[in-house]
Amino acid sequence: MPALPEPTAMDESWRRAKAVFATLALPPVVWLVAFFLIPLGIIWAYSFGYNQSLTHIAVDGNLANYAHAVRPLYLGIIFKSLWFAALTTVLCLVVGFPVAIAITFAGEKTKVWLLLLIMLPFWTNLLIRTYALMAVLRDEGYINWGLGFLWAAASQVTALFGHPLTPFQPLELLHNNFAVVFGLVYVQLPFMVLPLYAALDRLDRSLLEASLDLGAGHLTTFGRVVVPLAMPGIVSGVLITLIPSVGAYLTPDLLGGPDSQMIANIIERQFKSANDWPFGAALSFLLMYMTFLAIAVQAIVARGRRGARP
Amino acid sequence: MIAPRASRRSLLAGLGAAAAGLSLSPLAGCAAKAKIGPNGEEQKLNLYNWDTYTGKTTLADFKAATGIAVRMSLFATNDELFAKLKAGNPGFDVIVPSNEFVTRMRIAGMLERLDLAKIPNRANLLPSFQTAPFDPGRRYSMPYTWLVLGIGYRKSKVDGVPDSWKWVMDSSRYKGRIGLFSEADDLVELGAKYMGHSVRRIPLAVVDQVAQMYIRQKPNIKIFHHDEGQDLLLSGDIDVVMEYNGDIAQVMTEDPDLDFVVPREGSILNSDCLCIPKGAPRPDNAHQFINFLLDGKNGAEVYDTIKYPTPNAAALALMPADYRDNRVIFPPPEIMARCEYADFEGIERAHLFDETLTRIFAA
Repeated sequence: MPALPEPTAMDESWRRAKAVFATLALPPVVWLVAFFLIPLGIIWAYSFGYNQSLTHIAVDGNLANYAHAVRPLYLGIIFKSLWFAALTTVLCLVVGFPVAIAITFAGEKTKVWLLLLIMLPFWTNLLIRTYALMAVLRDEGYINWGLGFLWAAASQVTALFGHPLTPFQPLELLHNNFAVVFGLVYVQLPFMVLPLYAALDRLDRSLLEASLDLGAGHLTTFGRVVVPLAMPGIVSGVLITLIPSVGAYLTPDLLGGPDSQMIANIIERQFKSANDWPFGAALSFLLMYMTFLAIAVQAIVARGRRGARP
Repeated sequence: MIAPRASRRSLLAGLGAAAAGLSLSPLAGCAAKAKIGPNGEEQKLNLYNWDTYTGKTTLADFKAATGIAVRMSLFATNDELFAKLKAGNPGFDVIVPSNEFVTRMRIAGMLERLDLAKIPNRANLLPSFQTAPFDPGRRYSMPYTWLVLGIGYRKSKVDGVPDSWKWVMDSSRYKGRIGLFSEADDLVELGAKYMGHSVRRIPLAVVDQVAQMYIRQKPNIKIFHHDEGQDLLLSGDIDVVMEYNGDIAQVMTEDPDLDFVVPREGSILNSDCLCIPKGAPRPDNAHQFINFLLDGKNGAEVYDTIKYPTPNAAALALMPADYRDNRVIFPPPEIMARCEYADFEGIERAHLFDETLTRIFAA
């Protein structure tokens, strides 16, 4: 026998029929290379170029765009975007974990309805959902209208005692950083709930029973059994929430105020009004390098932890 | 067992054939429909225009007059137009850029020279529009509308008439109720105008002063809008807004509490122009369309719908008095004397203005 390992169930599928696998894999690979890797490569090349004229970009391998991109002005905005994204992720985790647990431990029929409720917003366009949020958060939106109504009612009551309340001042809920984070959490929540639910669903209930039988309280069971077992789900949920939030463009553009500029808004301006594609490319790839670094660090840490385990 | 599999497969095959047939048949129809007109060109015209920027019956009238069917595509900003044509003309015959982009596209060689002999209706233009600083001799563009930036405001929420840029740029009187443009060059140029400089060739020191002024003003500004300022004013989200006179004139018809003023320091003029991009497949049809729009009656139909200021004397003569005498659409001449066209001053300048905007937003 040649020195190949014993074929397992996984090997059966493709080692035994390489030609079929190659034919089936060819169209997606060609698509990936032609419409993803090559355009990405072109933009990467632009990041080392400069504007020769209004319409032509010359690539000459210079690092001026990157040097421009790491100046304090832009680094500050990148870190602000990371901060918003981190805040969004933490809030999504805090809100999403109980929701995922509720879905996991719900009855069969309720589970389907709850999952549907989480996934239904997915089927609505992001732009429409953001405009809907604007209608809710505006000075004359539903929240302020409701509060104003209650305030007026309360004012009528206190007026009976001779002290009517001051006129209602609407809460500033839109066009500021609060609205941006609120919008980001609203948009990213399903991305956090679904991986968490997937991980929690695979949980072996007998482990929880064993933990409770052995004398641990509910909170201890949660902290020392459920969370470590759901950790892969938490990590993937965090990644799926964090990375799109850093690059969020629509939410800060529509819901944000003068202070809410994020890195994606700047990159968008480079490709449109500033007509500075090389600089925009450099900023985009700076974000990509940071993401690669984060994933590499996470992989090294995970390998270290696996190696350290007995 | 065999019968269900065969019927499912044949159903799928049948559906596939039907789908292929349905998708291919319109193409066959398309190829047969295009007729050739007396000028040797297909009787079609591809127009790339702003949204709601023609009269209600303009395109139908053109078809009735010449037999040329116009297909209009829309764009939202000049940048979108420029980006679409940057890599080559995808088949547009007539485009409608703003004056600064006429300059940019002229420099980049993206515009066809106009054959002025084919546009006799240009004699209808007002004398001040027969030539333009951004297109001397009107070799590349014909004016379609013109605009001036100013302050739209809600009369009941504002003291008197806010006829200075100070109220939006340098004062906390209307704190939290102010809307400004988010266009880098408009903001910097108007800031310079407020400080008494021309909007062209602004010195670097003045750019810096303008940036500092806006950074100080940021706590008072509610929103930097993307040209929906008139909707925000109408809905009551803000009370003073930097906007175009045409946009405010449109919402003034819906709410009599709104008004508009061009500040006494002066402002920026804009002009949306009709141009023919290089590589237009039907240049003769394009010239006919431009000539058609410059006619008095057709022009009047357009301006009656969109309510923007017109550079066309013949159209102006046919408009009703409430348009001609509207001081929002046509600000008084002593104010117009202090308004100037901005100019495209090179790639480096555009980058400087954009970085200034980034600094203002990040502070």
